[in-house]
Amino acid sequence: MKEPNKNEKKSSPWKSLGTGLAVLAGLIVYAYGFQITKIDLEQLRSERRQESLVRVTRALAQPDIFEYEQVAEAFTAPVYVTCPADGGIVEAPDTSGPYVTVTPSCAEPGEMVTVEGFKFVPNSSGPVRFVPGSDPTNVVELGNDTATTDADGSFAVAIKLPKRPSDEVQFIRVTMRRNVGTPQFTQTARDTWNKIIETVFLALLATTLGTILAIPLSFIAARNLMKSVRSPLTSISLSLLGWPLGIAVGYLLVSWVGTLSAPFAENIPVNVLFVVLTPILASLGLRWALPEEETSKPNKTTQILRLIVLFITVLVAFYGLFQLAHLAINVGLLGIAGLGSLAFLGNFLFQLGDIIAITTPVLGGLATGSALSSFLGRTGQRASERLAPSAIRLLNILFATLAGATLFGLFGWLVEWLYQIGQSVYVLWGPLIVGGLLGLVIALITKPKDTLSTGMVIYYVTRTILNGLRSVEALVMAIVFVIAVGIGPFAGVMALGLHTIVSLAKLYSEQVESIQPGPLEAIQATGANRLQTIIYAVIPQIVPPYISYTMYRWDINVRMSTIIGFVGGGGIGFLLQQNINLLNYRAASAQMLAIAIVVASMDYISSMLREKYV
Amino acid sequence: MLQVKNLTKIYDGGVKALNNVTFDAPKGQFLAVIGLSGSGKSTLLRCINRLIDPTEGQILWNGEDITAANPEEMRRIRRKIGMVFQHFNLVHRSKVLTNVLAGRLGYVNPAWSLLNRFPKEDMAKALQQLERVGIADKANQRADELSGGQQQRVGIARALMQDPEIILADEPVASLDPVLAHSIMKHLEEINKKDGVTVLCSLHFLDLVHRYADRVIALNEGKLVFEGLPSEIDDKKFKDIYGRDAERVG
Ligand SMILES: Nc1ncnc2c1ncn2[C@@H]1O[C@H](COP(=O)(O)OP(=O)(O)O)[C@@H](O)[C@H]1O
Ligand SMILES: [Mg+2]
Repeated sequence: MKEPNKNEKKSSPWKSLGTGLAVLAGLIVYAYGFQITKIDLEQLRSERRQESLVRVTRALAQPDIFEYEQVAEAFTAPVYVTCPADGGIVEAPDTSGPYVTVTPSCAEPGEMVTVEGFKFVPNSSGPVRFVPGSDPTNVVELGNDTATTDADGSFAVAIKLPKRPSDEVQFIRVTMRRNVGTPQFTQTARDTWNKIIETVFLALLATTLGTILAIPLSFIAARNLMKSVRSPLTSISLSLLGWPLGIAVGYLLVSWVGTLSAPFAENIPVNVLFVVLTPILASLGLRWALPEEETSKPNKTTQILRLIVLFITVLVAFYGLFQLAHLAINVGLLGIAGLGSLAFLGNFLFQLGDIIAITTPVLGGLATGSALSSFLGRTGQRASERLAPSAIRLLNILFATLAGATLFGLFGWLVEWLYQIGQSVYVLWGPLIVGGLLGLVIALITKPKDTLSTGMVIYYVTRTILNGLRSVEALVMAIVFVIAVGIGPFAGVMALGLHTIVSLAKLYSEQVESIQPGPLEAIQATGANRLQTIIYAVIPQIVPPYISYTMYRWDINVRMSTIIGFVGGGGIGFLLQQNINLLNYRAASAQMLAIAIVVASMDYISSMLREKYV
Repeated sequence: MLQVKNLTKIYDGGVKALNNVTFDAPKGQFLAVIGLSGSGKSTLLRCINRLIDPTEGQILWNGEDITAANPEEMRRIRRKIGMVFQHFNLVHRSKVLTNVLAGRLGYVNPAWSLLNRFPKEDMAKALQQLERVGIADKANQRADELSGGQQQRVGIARALMQDPEIILADEPVASLDPVLAHSIMKHLEEINKKDGVTVLCSLHFLDLVHRYADRVIALNEGKLVFEGLPSEIDDKKFKDIYGRDAERVG
């Protein structure tokens, strides 16, 4: 006998009722959805809508890209208003070219005559006028009729003669417009071209910027790399303190180096001299201070000497960077003045120099910050290894309190700067005390010899920030940047770039998390440090997915850059939106066509590259 | 001289992979580690170069306690400990030469190696090691273009680049066919006998143990169940190591 299967679904009235209710609920949801989204097919059927739809569709089908130069040629035919005694005989027209006839050749004022034209350009049109007086070139014209030629180049218009009786012969003038020469690009087409170039470069810059910054971020957002990063509390506190201190000191120091280079700012030969000299000096210094391989530990004096040389080398390198910036600015200015149509190259150099000049102190600050932080961190690490537990506890309490207070104090300063609260209880003393207490509590609850999982903290913080920023649409970011840096492609680059950074960092870090652990282990086992492990075991493994994600992002950025202009972010979107608002649909159509072509061809190119390299 | 004292490893999930293991590996010895899969061989080898942090116990290396070393000291200790893996663990997309040079990462200045710059002597040495394992002609190929046996030779060359005093080999021939297995084992034997490098090698097949090992230790569920000469493994010992149902084939 077969046993009853317990898993078999039994049908019951309750179940059917449930299904029925679910269907009903679904119906209600969709009905509500229809109402909310105002779905109304009546709208489509209304006469007015259909008319404008047809008009717009026709305009869209004729993108404003080409135009002919047009010439207007006037043809005249004699006519008598009031028939003269001889019956108003007129000369037969010259029928070798286009010609116009009037029948009858004489009539009373207010009577209708038929104006016919032959041998004109087919499907062209132009005004038909009455020219009073005996001179066919007379500028006075009467009437308001239009002649349109048929496919054979002929037309016939009935016009009413004006009340201008005269004994002399008078004229009917037909002015026909005719296309001459080859088709030319319209102004719209040229504007569209300029803007589409801007669009593509906007996407290019955003993708490049985003990729460069997303790569390092992706490493600290990867769990497998961060999980093993642990350090003692003293070390963490000291490296936390090292960052702001180092950034401040480095910024000031490098800015000071910048002022040293200012006296030679305008002198191109001096610029060149330093740009050539400093890399040589720097590399010599580096070679001496950082020997390629060392089997034994150097003694103290050598170590200190090396540190000094390294320090001077770095300052020299920064001096060289400033000189490079001056050089780029100077040469750029020359280029702008003298290169004519290639002046954009000069401008590029100028902007590049400007960027270097602005970012060098920031770079110096960050470099010093990271150096000081890692130095202090290592000192803390060493102290925690050597000292007795009670001493470590003391250090922990001291530095953790200090670090907590500093961190919260900086945060308070930021809040003050943003909201201008102006009450030091909330933005200075409060944060300082809370931060200090928090540090103290952490120091008290950690056992002196314990290490904390710094890596995972950094990991979670980075992930949270990335996820938060990623959920902000690029268009919204563009609005913010338009406010910050003004309308134009720069705002677009910043917005798309930022969005690229956060979304690529996420995708990249997932790739890092899925690499094979074996090679990583093998490289670690050779005694490689963390950075070496990343360079030799991680990077080779992630090159193909990184390339393919970067291309995928490039596709998205091209698409986005075409519409980021809607909110003022530069690119072709701006033109498109303007023309739509001005009801200039033929121009809008040209821009849509350009977008379609660019998107399609970029899509094609990137899929081709992907096939080739991935 | 490597001394392992009361080593215990409990993984995060609660698995006790090593249970109070104690043994010595004198300098220059070829010491085999045997045991069923899951008995803790890989865990033991990885504890020695601290790819895994042991839970308890000590590992003394020429008198220095590896378990207490800080990251910087660890880097210095690790570069004297070569490691060879069952799945070779080469970086597939890198060149063979780069894979071999990676063995020098513990010695070179990190700043220069980040730019993929190695001293000339290291380049020469890398080619020499490839020569030694017989695949010098493959230096500029990508690592994943090589066969399994060739990849393991690259793995050995990488370990040799470290000028190791000891080589940890974690089932180095388990993914290779028997003929290749012997040629790889012979390389390890030569390194052991000629250069005097201590070899700590986990193995699957007893015939390889008999053929190459000076001494054997055996693990069963994380416990050391045997320590002695290969020839001392009789039927009773065999059953202790591999369990009651095991049949002797090798
Ligand atoms: N990373 C890990 N996390 C948790 N348990 C592990 C991990 N690695 C190994 N184990 C467990 O530890 C035991 C010993 O594993 P392993 O050292 O790999 O043995 P063997 O190399 O002898 O096959 C096994 O039970 C295994 O499941
Ligand atoms: Mg194993």
